[in-house]
Amino acid sequence: MELPLLHLALVGTPNSGKTSLFNALTGSRQKVANYPGVTVERKEGFFVTPLGRQVSVVDLPGTYSLRGRSPDEEITRDFVLGKASGETVPDLVLCVADSTNLRLTIRLLLELKRTGRPMVLVLNMFDIAARRGITVDVERLAKELGLPVVTSIAVRKGGTSDLLRLTDEISAKLAAEAEANSWRALSVSELRATQREADRIIADCVSLPARPDTWTARIDRVVLHPVGGLIVLALILFMMFQAVFAWARPLMELLQSGFDALGELVHTTLPDGLLQSFLQNGVISGVGSVIVFLPQIIIIFLFILLLEDFGYMARAAFLMDRIMGGAGLHGRAFIPLLSSFACAIPGIMATRVIDNKRDRLTTILIAPLMTCSARIPVYTLIISAFIPANDVWGFINLQGLVMFGLYAAGIVSALAVSFVIKFFMLRDYAPAPFMLELPDYKMPRPKSIAIGIYTRAKMFLVRAGTTIFSMMVLIWFLASFPQPPAGATEPAIDFSLAAMIGKALAPLLAPVGFNWQIAVALIPGMAAREVAVAALGTVYAIEGGKEAAEQIGQVLATKWSLATALSMLAWYIFAPQCASTLAVIRRETGSWAWMAVTFTYMLVLAYAASLLTYNVAVALGAG
Amino acid sequence: MTDTNDMRPHMPLGLAQRGYTGVIQHLSAGETGSALSDIELESRLIELGFVEGARVEVLHEGLVGRDPIAVRVDSITIAVRRREAMAVIVA
Repeated sequence: MELPLLHLALVGTPNSGKTSLFNALTGSRQKVANYPGVTVERKEGFFVTPLGRQVSVVDLPGTYSLRGRSPDEEITRDFVLGKASGETVPDLVLCVADSTNLRLTIRLLLELKRTGRPMVLVLNMFDIAARRGITVDVERLAKELGLPVVTSIAVRKGGTSDLLRLTDEISAKLAAEAEANSWRALSVSELRATQREADRIIADCVSLPARPDTWTARIDRVVLHPVGGLIVLALILFMMFQAVFAWARPLMELLQSGFDALGELVHTTLPDGLLQSFLQNGVISGVGSVIVFLPQIIIIFLFILLLEDFGYMARAAFLMDRIMGGAGLHGRAFIPLLSSFACAIPGIMATRVIDNKRDRLTTILIAPLMTCSARIPVYTLIISAFIPANDVWGFINLQGLVMFGLYAAGIVSALAVSFVIKFFMLRDYAPAPFMLELPDYKMPRPKSIAIGIYTRAKMFLVRAGTTIFSMMVLIWFLASFPQPPAGATEPAIDFSLAAMIGKALAPLLAPVGFNWQIAVALIPGMAAREVAVAALGTVYAIEGGKEAAEQIGQVLATKWSLATALSMLAWYIFAPQCASTLAVIRRETGSWAWMAVTFTYMLVLAYAASLLTYNVAVALGAG
Repeated sequence: MTDTNDMRPHMPLGLAQRGYTGVIQHLSAGETGSALSDIELESRLIELGFVEGARVEVLHEGLVGRDPIAVRVDSITIAVRRREAMAVIVA
């Protein structure tokens, strides 16, 4: 008879190397979802022990205690206590410790022990500790703590074999060991007592070298220098954006020509008609126009994951804390806002690192103003069609300058909105504390990074394959039906539902210079901003034939005035054109009201900005 | 360890300059002006290793108002704003 699935849970402080151990144990056999009712990411993986036992392991959010001061930490506490709804009580808790830094983990472990769950202490990164001259008396530590202790090197092949063997041993005799839970929230004096106890155990079992890690101190001398540190940060950000735009381009062009060729193939093999139009204009060009962004998303996550693994992200928060504090933002908001340049969705999800509710809310509200990668296709399309590639003062490309201006407008308006929120909406606000561990630097682990990028790329593709695909089918349908009567001379789209909707909306959008084709494109653009490009392509393709879709830039240049184009750019800085972002805001804030607030304020800003841009441009003769 | 420091005046860590080294004497969370309650602030400080007897060194300061500070607490480095560091009394 097959034994039931063995449930493990990984618990540890932030920076304990929990996630790299999780990756080492499970490889790519991972499932990422959310815990029911909250938006804490639930990462579960699977592996098989040497004796053939099937194991499920859950990577719980990092925490310093079981007090549960943030949603993440509450999940960890409830999960270990078996109170999390719909979750199995873990058979075995693996408490993961960074071997170079045991103080905080041992204290957490002493607290965890009170829950009565069977537990193992995993001394991770044991190789780094050994290299630094830290020696741990593992046997004595196990005796002092009263539980099995095992060393592991998550990043090395075979580095987890002891842990796997121990899992087999323990699982064989688990049933007998369940103990009663005697955990309750610790008082300050109990907390202090457990930290003392932890320090005593460490003093008895661990010998630290006289000199701590010198590399971290050396790097920090530059990277945390009040002025030098900011320069380094600016250089890193500059490189990141350079990479996102320059490195991604050849890959994006390759993907684009692949989809074009595929569309062409469909066009030539299938007879003219509805099916051909559906596959070429609806499916291939629609989904293709979104998948083209995969290289950019991979590159931006590569940077974010590398910086996180290296230990730089906490330093960036340190450097930015007071600077962002001026606009009413928390230093930890830096990481979510930076991620929002890739996409507001991971950015908003990353606000979970901010444990003060108000700081978190402010960050969520302004995250969509950061120029996400989905705006890039809209910006590049319009810029390349309307802005001449002239040099300004001989060395600055005008197109690049406009692009930079759009990014800057997003950042400045985000800071302004945050400032307004701070002063008018959340008045009784006191700044939340900024307290953060600055971990020692570690070489990023390629395998861990690869798995991280893989899971995110998969999420993006799934989104492209579902939400965006269905929206593209819808827009194609709206743009194709009803079909024109026989013998009609006008373009087919003029008879469609899309044209009716677009023309109905057009009077509202006329003051900002938008025609009905733009109004049509803005509707599917709600699914995802970049879809608007595809939708414009679809609208003009069905209107003007295949050539129009291929050279949409030129088509726009003939059909739009410069004022309309500029107005469209201004619109896209602010417009809440992304249903997924709104859905994530609702989930993360747990409130429809905040979602409505976000939608409304962004729409108002968008309309106002477009109105201003259009009228100024017309007044200057660009109409 | 603390004996040798008894001669030095007690002061809040929040006022320490870069390069300061000392030993934590006690925590006093009242009246720091932190957004956290006294108990919460004290708990968090302890969880990050700010306990009596720990050696501290102020390693780095931010640009604006020399805030926040990066503090070496025994074997780890913690970034904290000066306002919260006022609750840590060192000598």
